[in-house]
Amino acid sequence: MMENIYMPYLMRIEKVTYEAPGVKTFMLKFINEDDQNNFNFKAGQFGEYSVYGVGESTFCIASSPTRKGYIECTFRQTGKVTNALAGCEEGNIVGFRGPYGNIFPLDEWKGKSLLFIAGGIALPPMRCVIWNALDLRENFKDVTIIYGARSVSDLVYKQELQDWEKRRDVKLITTVDPGGESPDWKGEIGFVPTIVEKVAPSSENTIAIVCGPPVMIKFTFPVLAKLGFKDENIYTTLENRMKCGFGKCGRCNVGKVYICKDGPVFTLAQLKQLPDEY
Amino acid sequence: MSIDKRLIRKESLEKLFDILKQNKTIFAPVSKNGKISFKITDSFSSVEKEYIQTTQSSKESAFPRTEKILDFIKSKNSLDAKPFNVLEIPEVVLWGIRPCDAMGVGELNSIFNWDSKDEIYNSRLAKTTVIGFSCAKSDESCFCTSVGGNPGNTEGSDILFTRLGDGGDYLAEIITEKGAGIVALAPDIFQKPDNQDKNKYLAEVPVKFDRETIRKKLDRFFESEDWVERSLKCIGCGACAYVCPTCACFDIQDESHGKYGSRVRCWDSCGLSQFTLHTSGHNPREVQSQRWRQRIMHKFSYMPERLSIYGCTGCGRCSRACPVDMNILEHLISIQEVTL
Repeated sequence: MMENIYMPYLMRIEKVTYEAPGVKTFMLKFINEDDQNNFNFKAGQFGEYSVYGVGESTFCIASSPTRKGYIECTFRQTGKVTNALAGCEEGNIVGFRGPYGNIFPLDEWKGKSLLFIAGGIALPPMRCVIWNALDLRENFKDVTIIYGARSVSDLVYKQELQDWEKRRDVKLITTVDPGGESPDWKGEIGFVPTIVEKVAPSSENTIAIVCGPPVMIKFTFPVLAKLGFKDENIYTTLENRMKCGFGKCGRCNVGKVYICKDGPVFTLAQLKQLPDEY
Repeated sequence: MSIDKRLIRKESLEKLFDILKQNKTIFAPVSKNGKISFKITDSFSSVEKEYIQTTQSSKESAFPRTEKILDFIKSKNSLDAKPFNVLEIPEVVLWGIRPCDAMGVGELNSIFNWDSKDEIYNSRLAKTTVIGFSCAKSDESCFCTSVGGNPGNTEGSDILFTRLGDGGDYLAEIITEKGAGIVALAPDIFQKPDNQDKNKYLAEVPVKFDRETIRKKLDRFFESEDWVERSLKCIGCGACAYVCPTCACFDIQDESHGKYGSRVRCWDSCGLSQFTLHTSGHNPREVQSQRWRQRIMHKFSYMPERLSIYGCTGCGRCSRACPVDMNILEHLISIQEVTL
């Protein structure tokens, strides 16, 4: 029998974390136990989050599939739905439908080093992969994270950054744009592409995962090429406006490629095949 | 099943209509304010008989312009949500649709069943019986024969009627089991088998272009300046999408009054400037030429490639409805003729 594919799971907001100005993380738990038991997803997938009466909004699942029993999302207050979400409190009920889209192929990356490069609010889609990899740490060689934001206060997941900083099996480099540093800032100062060039991580047997605003991505790719990364070893995740999440509403396509179905995860080699429509 | 052919007297059409309306909701072409659209009607006399094409396509019967997908009741820390109950969908007869609209059903099917099956659309379609009428006339906007159709095409109809000359009786082709079900409801009306050649009664629609050629050219046409030139006058009103039998792009919105509310799906259009606008202000298709390109590419390149079906039935409505005379047929012919 067919089911209504637009029907969200009902989720209770278990915990709200303030991340940065206008940015919050929700921990969401399934209200229906069967839903929770039957729910599976993989790193890189996304969903439609809804405030009933206001509407739906698209963002990634920011928690790792290795952490069971809940999902997390991190969003910036920008539009109608994210403003309504920001007004929700612990205990409130929201909707979630998904998971949709393809995945970061962590299985294929076994035995390799991982280099994560993120800017601003683009750490959430990568956090899912980072924790997934750290929870299966023995599968990978070096793990390097380069993360930058406009200012110190714009860095998200501050607690987790401290945790990663302390770990011996993770190399974390944080940076803020010039002028965005606080008096006690100990990290780097400079734009992400510049810092990547300065840190110069090895491309040897390494997968690079890059997420960030378009301008950061644009200037980071050439740096990676200079460091010897091949296009098929560089991954990113795209976003476009979506309504359905499964190839029917007609707005997320880039040429013949649908971000909701064929993406959101693409290699740079795949991106180079796409027309400039994202 | 093989197509069973019967003769039906012109006086019997009304009898058939009256039998059908007893158990089913009939959508038929009805004229209002100079426009002919598919409306629910139980009066045969209100049904238009002489028209080349209705102003609106018939897609609304299976894909309404606004429809509920779920209902909810919300209070501070509780929420009750129920999916739209597809059992509420009535049995519908789509009476008097042209072969180009009937063909559009196949295109909508492909979109609504691409991997994930859309229950609401499929339930509406399952409860719809399509009674098509062949075209005896056409106009300069019609181009069904260039996109795999023809004025007497049976594809998508359950029964297809063809009028045997002006003021004459009708040839009924019973195409599907659903069509046979209609015959069983009114066996006396569908007379002895008839083998008249319907072709001489059909409109002549000359072939204007070859869609395979256009598809191949479009593979290398994305960056062309032609899109800008051809869409300079487009005002982005979206009318072309709203009258199209195959345009299926939609929006999802919430409506609520106090604690009661619904989530609804409503028609949308790739021609509208906000269609792809991100919250950040970034818009991947920020100018009208990019939106016009999307419309043509989707129908003649992306759909054939991803869904193995073209997204145009040659009904010509977009050209008739356009307030600034954008003409898809002219543009397609020019793409065919371009040297790459």
